[in-house]
Amino acid sequence: MKKLINDPENVVREELAGIARAHPDLVTVSVDPHYVVRADAPVEGKVALVSGGGSGHEPMHGGFVGAGMLDAACPGEVFTSPTPDQVAAATKAVDGGAGVVHIVKNYTGDVMNFEMAADLCRSEGIDVESVLVDDDVAVQDSLYTAGRRGVGTTVLMEKIGGGAAEERRALKEVADICRKVNDNGRSMGMALTSCTVPAAGKPTFDLGDDEMEIGIGIHGEPGRERMKVRPVREIVELMATPIVEDLPFSSGDQVLAFVNGMGGTPLIELYIVFNELAEFLEERGITISRKLIGSYITSLEMQGCTITLVKLDDELTALWDAPVRTPGLRWGA
Amino acid sequence: MSVGHNDVVRWVGAFAEAIAENKEYLTALDAAIGDADHGINMNRGMQAVMAKLQAGDPEDIGALLKTVGMALVSSVGGAGGPLYGTFFLQLGSKAIGKDELTDDDWVAMLAAAVEGVQMRGKAEPNDKTMVDALIPARDALAAAVAAGEPFADALHGSAAAAEEGMKATIPLVARKGRASYLGERSAGHQDPGATSSWLLLKTAADTWGR
Repeated sequence: MKKLINDPENVVREELAGIARAHPDLVTVSVDPHYVVRADAPVEGKVALVSGGGSGHEPMHGGFVGAGMLDAACPGEVFTSPTPDQVAAATKAVDGGAGVVHIVKNYTGDVMNFEMAADLCRSEGIDVESVLVDDDVAVQDSLYTAGRRGVGTTVLMEKIGGGAAEERRALKEVADICRKVNDNGRSMGMALTSCTVPAAGKPTFDLGDDEMEIGIGIHGEPGRERMKVRPVREIVELMATPIVEDLPFSSGDQVLAFVNGMGGTPLIELYIVFNELAEFLEERGITISRKLIGSYITSLEMQGCTITLVKLDDELTALWDAPVRTPGLRWGA
Repeated sequence: MSVGHNDVVRWVGAFAEAIAENKEYLTALDAAIGDADHGINMNRGMQAVMAKLQAGDPEDIGALLKTVGMALVSSVGGAGGPLYGTFFLQLGSKAIGKDELTDDDWVAMLAAAVEGVQMRGKAEPNDKTMVDALIPARDALAAAVAAGEPFADALHGSAAAAEEGMKATIPLVARKGRASYLGERSAGHQDPGATSSWLLLKTAADTWGR
């Protein structure tokens, strides 16, 4: 597989060097341990938001560091959770004395590493509140699984939670707002292709030319069901139906609709997906009052998309609209 | 029979070699039901461990094993880092102040290590995880030592039990970790974590069980 890289072993290191050179006005980059913090960190008296995860999902999370969103992001190796010492170091670097929220996607590795990091931070007197993202409806949340994965809602939580923190709200309030986003967010993903982790050198799974995978996560792992590709109208129905039924979203609801590309899908297709989604929701009396369309939580060069809906109220809407100034998301500032 | 400081160092080195040799295999197992990085991550972790030990390894076996554990936690990432890190940290916690290990020491160490892994990852038997290789190994070892078997036999018996446990993961439907997202599709594939755990016990048997 052709990639624009040098030695596969140095992909994360070189990416961080690129970010440091590209956005010195927005972020500061630390290497060994690897983390990215907002350029003006620590912001005294403000709750800090820290997240992280494997590399390979850019712009998530490093691209969302800056005013109005994350204070720090911890990049692990590609598709691999960051380590506790990374997260602890990043947390200390952005602690402004008002406590820290850890936004943790519900993957076994992320959960364990962030847990160990939070223990380390608390033992050093930093108040840490952990918020789990588990919005993926493709997985049954039961005793028999690792629980629902954290996917699209993660980005939306980072923005809305970041807005709350910027208003200088207290730690518990910021954490509760993040949890409100999770409670009101549901997602589903699909893939037309797999992706190739640089160090592995070949695709994670094989998908036939006429096949698609429904219910994927974001790490190039196979999903729940494989089937023949269909017109996108049917695919959107397959994805949006469980999303709407799960919360459930009802007629009269206002939603933030997030159509996300997995990295390899062009914008032309994402807009077609959005068009189908808009019709699907309109038929059900659900109003899209805010939207985000583009590749924000990716899986390297995977072709595919995820759909996320978050039920909005006035508070969440205002926090979504608040200014943000990060490499990956910027408005009002 | 006793295991000395240098024997432990040799075991860790043998495990590092086994991981390096099986890197692609472990990654392929992880591609089938995970995200294709178990071999890569474990290899990176064990290389970091060997570099750490080459820079200077503590005389005390407990401290040595804790060093291994900390190095794994801070370099493997994913689920493997906390789990294998905890495994070695717990091994070490039962070997503080020791420069030689007896059969009974190893039984107690393995038991503590498995308990640590279960507490960290919350896996139960038949969840299709490393625990499915570790628990049979722990039990076989304890039974053999209690029955007065020579240590070498007990070690090889525990490795064989780990191998059986590893193979027994094939038909299981995963209930933990990334494989659990696949539901029924995870059945028919051997668990990568159980496989690396088998390698851990096999190298111990091969290194100490002559």
